[in-house]
Amino acid sequence: MDARIESKPGPVKDRTTVERKSDREVVVTRTINGPARIVFEAFTKAELLERWWVPKSMGMKLRSCEVDARVGGKYRLEFDVGGPEPAAFFGTYVEVKPYSRLAWTNDEGGEGRSVTTVTFEEKGGKTLVVLRESYPSKEALDTAGTGAADAMVETFDQLDELLVALGESSRQ
Amino acid sequence: MVQYVTTRLDTSFAALSDATRRGVLEQLGRADASITDLAETFHMTLTGMKKHVGVLEQAGLVTTKKIGRVRTCQLGPRRLEEETVWLERYRQRWDERFDELDKVVQELTRKEKSDGRKNRK
Repeated sequence: MDARIESKPGPVKDRTTVERKSDREVVVTRTINGPARIVFEAFTKAELLERWWVPKSMGMKLRSCEVDARVGGKYRLEFDVGGPEPAAFFGTYVEVKPYSRLAWTNDEGGEGRSVTTVTFEEKGGKTLVVLRESYPSKEALDTAGTGAADAMVETFDQLDELLVALGESSRQ
Repeated sequence: MVQYVTTRLDTSFAALSDATRRGVLEQLGRADASITDLAETFHMTLTGMKKHVGVLEQAGLVTTKKIGRVRTCQLGPRRLEEETVWLERYRQRWDERFDELDKVVQELTRKEKSDGRKNRK
């Protein structure tokens, strides 16, 4: 049923699946090609996190990225969104078990703040990443939309990139 | 998934291409109504209105239920469809993110392996 065209040549990449588990919860799974230790580090070290958390297609530039991945430690990501004020995403780590489990709050949502829990499970040199976003209510999840990506999804930059990518994939 | 979403959207757009049907949706947005009420409001025959409601029902934009001899219409479960679009968009965001993560992790894994070899020498 999935009619998505893979825009990248080369080996078949692992699939990202998304499932709405309940009114308040969405679960994302993906296998990453590397040991859990390295994947965990990519989540918890600022200089690595900033290399992948904001894909180019999101149309936002990361201005700063601070991460203190200890229980009670804070993180803060600021993005340039065109105006003078950056968009900020911030919260607190509530669970940090090296290489296996990580959880943080997303406090920018105020009342509708969500909690993100990630588990890392290594198998044969690859790591299954299961990411769960829990919202306090169905309404909070619905209004959260796709978060930061939503704000920028309509930008022409992105449309341009999409058209280029579609052009590339149709030539293959 | 994408194909499914597209088909559903096509049905919705087809249903919405008609002015009367858009009017019916607006009307039902304010309050549920029977087919007879709707036919009167839009100065149509009962049969004509039944057809329009049928199209909207097929697109999931309207549901009807019969109570006694009256068929009542209300706005349908189109939310389900919005949810599918929402979920696919959400998936794409994470897919892009994880693609980037995969690149970073593969690079670090390779680097570690080659550093390990160097150290053993």
